[in-house]
Amino acid sequence: MISSYVAGLLAEIGIASIAALSVHVILAVGQLSLGNAAFMACGAYTASVLTVEHGVPVPLAIAVGAVVSGVLGLVVGFPALRLRGIYLAMATLGFGEMTRSFFLSLDATGGAAGYSGMQRLSLGAIWAWALPLLVLVLLAERSRLWLALNAVRDDETAARLLGLNTVALKLGAFTVGAALAGIAGGLFAHWHIFIEPGAFNLDRSIEMVLAVVLGGSTIALGPVFGAAALALAPEALRFIADWRLAAFGALLIVILLLRPQGIIDRRLLRALKP
Amino acid sequence: MLLQQLVNGLTLGAVYTLVALGFSLVMGVLGILNLAVAELFMLGGYVGLTLMLDGQPLLVGLGAAALFTGLLGVVVERVAYQPLRHAPPIAPLLSTLGFSVIFQTVATNVWGSDPLLLPPELMDARYQLGSVSVGQAQLVVMATAVGLVVGLALVMRHTRFGTGLRAIAENRDVARLLGVPAPLVTSGAFALSGAMAGVAGVLIGLHYGALTPFVGVEVGLKAIAVMVVGGTTSIWGVLLAGPLLGVLEVMTVAFGGAAFRDMTVYGLMILTLLLRPQGLLGRAGGAQRV
Repeated sequence: MISSYVAGLLAEIGIASIAALSVHVILAVGQLSLGNAAFMACGAYTASVLTVEHGVPVPLAIAVGAVVSGVLGLVVGFPALRLRGIYLAMATLGFGEMTRSFFLSLDATGGAAGYSGMQRLSLGAIWAWALPLLVLVLLAERSRLWLALNAVRDDETAARLLGLNTVALKLGAFTVGAALAGIAGGLFAHWHIFIEPGAFNLDRSIEMVLAVVLGGSTIALGPVFGAAALALAPEALRFIADWRLAAFGALLIVILLLRPQGIIDRRLLRALKP
Repeated sequence: MLLQQLVNGLTLGAVYTLVALGFSLVMGVLGILNLAVAELFMLGGYVGLTLMLDGQPLLVGLGAAALFTGLLGVVVERVAYQPLRHAPPIAPLLSTLGFSVIFQTVATNVWGSDPLLLPPELMDARYQLGSVSVGQAQLVVMATAVGLVVGLALVMRHTRFGTGLRAIAENRDVARLLGVPAPLVTSGAFALSGAMAGVAGVLIGLHYGALTPFVGVEVGLKAIAVMVVGGTTSIWGVLLAGPLLGVLEVMTVAFGGAAFRDMTVYGLMILTLLLRPQGLLGRAGGAQRV
């Protein structure tokens, strides 16, 4: 039997892993989203309202939340097609802040006071979502589809000349990424059994990106490792107490300078193999 | 009431303009978003206001803030930008984010997370103009901002540094062939960007009469929206967009409710990105970067 403290950490890692994968999938076509917390919020609120007010079973509610978030991702993805790189990052940042404001002003879900009444999921249930999703992304990474996504990332014009439907690929990545964030949100809501708009602020979006950058974006194990590292680091860095966020910042800079591909990449995995 | 809100909005807008210019000095020239600017804004406020609470005059506070954050701007450039110059623009965005986190932690640890309150008697003179009451602090904020913007425009147009900066913005390689010392000018852009943000931090403290370590996230990031709406390469566009968004924000709070505040500001930014990516006054050529 594990203590509730360890269970809390493990649940946090599971949820953060799915959230990090949502950034990873969107990044596969070269799009950086600084607004994925918005999709997470959308999934969290949708699933919570369904379970609390309509008695929908939790897994179904989370799935519906994922679909709603995915549709939102598609809707946001369309105008986002016009933007690239830093401009897309800024637009998603704005979208994230707007969504947070929206939930702040939405009285039906409690506004700033938050929303509660959900039933609590077990740790096993969270990993019953996280593990299959991770395997799914790992399998997808071995497919031709992922090669096509990366082709769009590396050179969009060349990808189009090869006959790839770049519009569909970019929209698809955004939709799937948003849906993943929605699932993370639904699980978050049913683990913490309380949600408030402030839980889905810019810091949350940045945390997801951070997990991907630290862990590495060349293979899906990277974001999961990054999410775990981010969840465990505060414990490991407890001795520097108030300065641990500064240590995060410094760590981020060092990783970007020394190992821009992130800590985990295929070469490291090969080297680790006996 | 309406006029009073207008004055409040213009004051806030003046601060936005300065921070937005801090962002756009780097963005317009190098095409990267230096997220640390938002926290340099906050740090400048703490440095300047701490000195003023110590009894130093306003000019010393502003000067020290500008010097301090200008130097930190160069540190950010050397550590977070130079080594990543050839990486995709996302990399320096994240490394400057690393600096943001560090700066915010430092401020929280040094000054505490409770607001730093200014004594009410600091710049408390008020002037009655018809039905509108304008505080001394508000006048200082607006006058400083306008002065700095005009100064910046003159520097950009008439000094070797300014022409060098504009040349690099057009084409870095050609500019270097023509003898522009690119590394030096780049450092200068970061220093100037940090200094503008630092001064703006002092001004926001004077305007609100208080400062928290989170002002960079709450106010500083909105300057990104101001920069986008004004156009990343247009000083005058930003001078127009700052007050515009400041007034829009204050009016939204007064007549629509505080919850809609961020929606209008960021909504306008997204609309601009989609419909007029070069910004209000930007040249159409700027759009090709998008």
